[in-house]
Amino acid sequence: MPRDTSIQSVLIIGSGPIIIGQACEFDYSGSQAARSLRQEGIEVTLINSNPATIMTDPVTADHIYLLPLTVDSLVQILEERRIDAVLPTMGGQTALNLAIEADQLGIWQKYGVRMIGVDVRAIDLTENRELFRRHILDIGLKVSPSYIANSFLEGKEAAQKIGFPLVIRPSYTLGGTGAAFVHEESEFDAALRRGLAMSPTHEVLVDKALLGWKEFELELLRDSADNVVIICVVENLDPMGIHTGDSITVAPAMTLSDTAYQTMRNQAIKAMRSLGNFSGGCNIQFAVEPETEEMIVVEINPRVSRSSALASKATGYPIAKIAAKLAIGYRLDELPNQITGNTSAYFEPTLDYVIVKMPRWNFEKFPGAEHRLGLQMKSVGEVMAIGRNFLEALQKACQSLENNRTGLGADMKEWIRTSDVLERLENVSEDRIFRLKDALRLGVPEKTIYKLTKIDPWFIRQIKRLVKMEEQLIRYNVAEDIPESFFRELKKVGYSDAQIAWLLRIREEDVARRRKELGIRRTFKMVDTCAAEFEAQTPYFYSTFDQENESMPSQRKKIVVLGSGPNRIGQGIEFDYCCVHGLLAIKELGYEAIMINCNPETVSTDFNVADKLYFEPVYWEHIEEILELEKPEGVIVQLGGQTALKLAETFHKKGIPIIGTSFESMDLAEDRGAFSDLLRELDIPYPRYGVATDADEAIRIANQVGYPVLVRPSYVLGGQNMRIVINDNELERHVLNIFKHLPDNRVLIDQFLDRAKEAEIDCICDGDEVHVMGIMEHIEPAGIHSGDSSAVLPTYSLSVQAIATMVEYTEKLAKSLKIKGLLNVQFAIKPSKTPGEPDKVYVIEANPRASRTTPFIAKAYKVPYLQIATQVMLGAKKLRDFNIQPQPSGFAIKVPVFSFEKFPNVDISLGPEMKSTGEAIRFIRDLSDPFFRELDSKRSMYLTR
Amino acid sequence: MQESTYEPAILLLEDGTVFHGKAAGAIGTTTGEICFNTGMTGYQEIFTDPSYYGQLLVTTNAHIGNYGIKASEVESDRMKIAGLICKNFTVPYSRHAADQSIQEYFEAEGMVAISEVDTRAIVRHIRHRGAMNAIISSEILDVEALHQRLADVPSMEGLELASAVSTREPYFVGQPDAPFRVAVYDYGVKRNILQCLTERGCYLQVFPAQTPLDTVKTWNPHGYFLSNGPGDPASMHYAIQTAKAILAENAPLFGICLGHQLLALALDIPTHKMHHGHRGINHPVKNLLTGRCEITSQNHGFGVSKDAIAAAADRVEVTHINLNDGSIEGLRVRGKRAFSVQYHPEASPGPHDARYLFDDFVSLMQN
Repeated sequence: MPRDTSIQSVLIIGSGPIIIGQACEFDYSGSQAARSLRQEGIEVTLINSNPATIMTDPVTADHIYLLPLTVDSLVQILEERRIDAVLPTMGGQTALNLAIEADQLGIWQKYGVRMIGVDVRAIDLTENRELFRRHILDIGLKVSPSYIANSFLEGKEAAQKIGFPLVIRPSYTLGGTGAAFVHEESEFDAALRRGLAMSPTHEVLVDKALLGWKEFELELLRDSADNVVIICVVENLDPMGIHTGDSITVAPAMTLSDTAYQTMRNQAIKAMRSLGNFSGGCNIQFAVEPETEEMIVVEINPRVSRSSALASKATGYPIAKIAAKLAIGYRLDELPNQITGNTSAYFEPTLDYVIVKMPRWNFEKFPGAEHRLGLQMKSVGEVMAIGRNFLEALQKACQSLENNRTGLGADMKEWIRTSDVLERLENVSEDRIFRLKDALRLGVPEKTIYKLTKIDPWFIRQIKRLVKMEEQLIRYNVAEDIPESFFRELKKVGYSDAQIAWLLRIREEDVARRRKELGIRRTFKMVDTCAAEFEAQTPYFYSTFDQENESMPSQRKKIVVLGSGPNRIGQGIEFDYCCVHGLLAIKELGYEAIMINCNPETVSTDFNVADKLYFEPVYWEHIEEILELEKPEGVIVQLGGQTALKLAETFHKKGIPIIGTSFESMDLAEDRGAFSDLLRELDIPYPRYGVATDADEAIRIANQVGYPVLVRPSYVLGGQNMRIVINDNELERHVLNIFKHLPDNRVLIDQFLDRAKEAEIDCICDGDEVHVMGIMEHIEPAGIHSGDSSAVLPTYSLSVQAIATMVEYTEKLAKSLKIKGLLNVQFAIKPSKTPGEPDKVYVIEANPRASRTTPFIAKAYKVPYLQIATQVMLGAKKLRDFNIQPQPSGFAIKVPVFSFEKFPNVDISLGPEMKSTGEAIRFIRDLSDPFFRELDSKRSMYLTR
Repeated sequence: MQESTYEPAILLLEDGTVFHGKAAGAIGTTTGEICFNTGMTGYQEIFTDPSYYGQLLVTTNAHIGNYGIKASEVESDRMKIAGLICKNFTVPYSRHAADQSIQEYFEAEGMVAISEVDTRAIVRHIRHRGAMNAIISSEILDVEALHQRLADVPSMEGLELASAVSTREPYFVGQPDAPFRVAVYDYGVKRNILQCLTERGCYLQVFPAQTPLDTVKTWNPHGYFLSNGPGDPASMHYAIQTAKAILAENAPLFGICLGHQLLALALDIPTHKMHHGHRGINHPVKNLLTGRCEITSQNHGFGVSKDAIAAAADRVEVTHINLNDGSIEGLRVRGKRAFSVQYHPEASPGPHDARYLFDDFVSLMQN
């Protein structure tokens, strides 16, 4: 059936604020779906409460509602607009749950709206574990033995029948929330009570733990004619027992024979066809017993899921985009392959490379959190890396993680005690893959490692190859000693120059120089869905060490945008929003826009966004080779958060032009001493502070500054390790802790402005003029990280004089820092106690880049600030060339969102270290709004959330 | 130092392009027509598929050998490819049921391979320049000498290879008391085709390629099967005559791949050498009779002429087309009980989407 022409207007539901288990992959799917539908001339309306998304941008949809994801909001939209159909499969579980709720209330029926791309019965079937189990058995497939329990007694009975180890899974929760292994009977009662309490229906599923079974995931698409294709098969390196979101995953499957795979494929297709009647995406997980190859269906998600984004980036097949077309009636065979343009969308992508996805955790943000990985997802982001072999992809993934690793080990962060290493192999934590290599290096037999980890021996043997190569490498003394063929082999399996340098105890520069002398350089290969069988037209590349380079630089002038790497607390989707707008502005100015990023969840790594995408680690060695090939006019580092910014120094040293604000100015803003000197010169007040290199010095400074003081390492992100301390004892403990974790760092000690208000300004400066985009006032007083505070745009309680002072300081700073582009300034305001005396405004810090709040202001005021800023950065336009017309409507409140439920037993008090994972926007007409009053009345009760 | 120093090998193409890589499998020299397969699973089935006889196979999947070699997962008695060209010849393997590593297998069969070459560059080259002959050597590292050896290799076009891989003696497969007797003409038949037929109640007698129809008829088969196989179908005059004779009998007839091309030739529809063929397990085919689509396993370097078949619409009906390039994937003969497909419904390797065709064949014999 071709397109259903009765659908002229579609509502897409977003996934709301970023939480663990539901991240920006749904911004990617939502924006793809929106674009795909608009291509068909369909009017797209979007609802999402997350302002930092591209999907809620005028470039994506026709009508945008930044409203809470509630039935009331849906009704408001349906009252205002004629909507023919709602597509609820692009916004994760949140969107689906909302759509189902509205369905049950008869909302869709009342307004004559069809639900497309989904079958509620299919959802019910897959969400209700007992129905699901029976259904899968009915169609002749296998599931793990399990029993449903609605009471404590039923749970006990189930356990008796199944035996230990077993799993308790609360029904209807997201991302495995509350699911727990029970290894022995003594733990069972408590786990069962917790599970029952967590389920909204007071129901748990007790099932056999398939610990150590291999785990595979298939991404499927089905159309209205029941044609089904498998887009991607992903093998989890971490076997069953660890949530797939927390597993290292590999595509294509590495250890699956054709006979086993075809059985799995047949079962997957059978399962999908048996699930109601809907056109769109579906994800199926299988567990495979390693010896017998027995196969069990673990889970089915009949919607676009977290792994769909990964599968799209891994194969080049845009699942959400095609799923949206299927939802409006198209059949797969009627659509073209988006990459080749002239072959069919009805086909199964084939890869001639290997991708590795690695999760990114942020445990350091949650002191007291159980690091052990299990059934509940704990990672906050992920990276993907592409290579021509598994090891290359694996090491590139390590280089992408943004946690100061230069590859899989060989970087002075190895563990050397066998007992510690073995303990970590058994008690799975975020560093298991690194410990696995440590174990091999320490001579632990493969068999023992397999026994402890159940990681398929294939992966263990591959990693062992690295250990062998390192043993050989360390026999050399200098880079010149390494034989060329061996050098090449090292690079082919992903070693960075830094790792080679560390192993030989020589300088990275020397390795790089020698490598270049030998002509061992990266070549670039295309991701084309078809292993080069057909000519592809999509400029999506990765680097490797191979013979032929396929990335042909054009004759056009080019600008490179550096992305922000994996999502983590303090650096999330906001920066991806900034990058995407930067790319759009660059394209508009006629340059070729080139994106470098490694985060598969993002819109910036959608190959339709930039003119050319390099899916690569945001890591100097990789970037360098891209820059040498492309020879861009310059690189934009202001948009990708701290990740991109911290590379500025390297660019500066290597003579690579930085677009906009110069490195010197950025450095000045980042260097606490120099920045304070500047503030003093400009007569701008700032908190007293000092820099310490040891604990004694820290105590001396703290006493000079006066307690309470704010202590933190210099150069970190999102207030990592930042504390407010009130005496010498606490200070000493914390300073020692910082030095333990970050030995090379210095410690900053700031006067803490107790009971001060906080506010921040985002502005654009073109070198001459300064435009203040917005002033946000934090509801909570100083002491809480700006990312965790609720903030109001514009200010609501600050005096006219304080605001004027802040603007004056911002202008002074922007001009003297010679900002070309974006600047964010954070203030603390001490209200005056005596009438007539002005409020005192302190500058706390200045960030010469896009900030977390930039997208928020752009959304709230409906001004494309990031595009304007990018054009200014490029020097193509001055601020006066724009007619900036903010459209404020009342107040916009930024509300942080946390994922604490993923970390039971964690201290949930807020402080100077950021802990929120996402944010929502809420518009209010005036300050009498009950939502605001509630927030404001609790402003001082910030200690717990 | 086993990991770093390795035996070199060379791949030389007919047009003079040279690739340097690492020796894998047996040490030696081998020649054939270069072709590529894009499947991500099923290397062992491909190596042993007789249709690859005389061909140097490029596998595009990044790793080959990961799950080892399992004696039972073969499509014929031994490897049929002439040589292997791959990126990562991966010797350490993991599969409980596997019997040996890929290196052991290649050594045992004396199969020459080259790895660590830019397989993607080779595929792109073939995509632009078309299929051509090539030589792999891990013993002669002098390109000039390889050129001379390569010059002696005949072109695939016009080459009759089926006789070389066909069985020498007829043999039986399945249960003698099964409901249907099917005569299989073996031009290089894959074991899984036989399996798919026996599973559906067929008792098979597999005949050498050049067996006269009259000899076969004495067995009184209910239906005839024309198998897949290597080489240029247009050179197989004996087989085309057989196909014509079977059509004249109006007996149920099913052809796969080469068998499909032979049926077309028997209907006076010419075949042609394709630029670089279809080889992989992800080829999209649409069944024009049902409107349903299927993902198919393919391996062919020759195809049936689209124009000629259109001109013969009164005699032949196109039943399946390729969704990528519109090429002919299946046909049936009007007024006869004969049909054929270009792809491999038996899969092995590849998706099982098209196995219904064997049921269709059985239905023809039932009626």
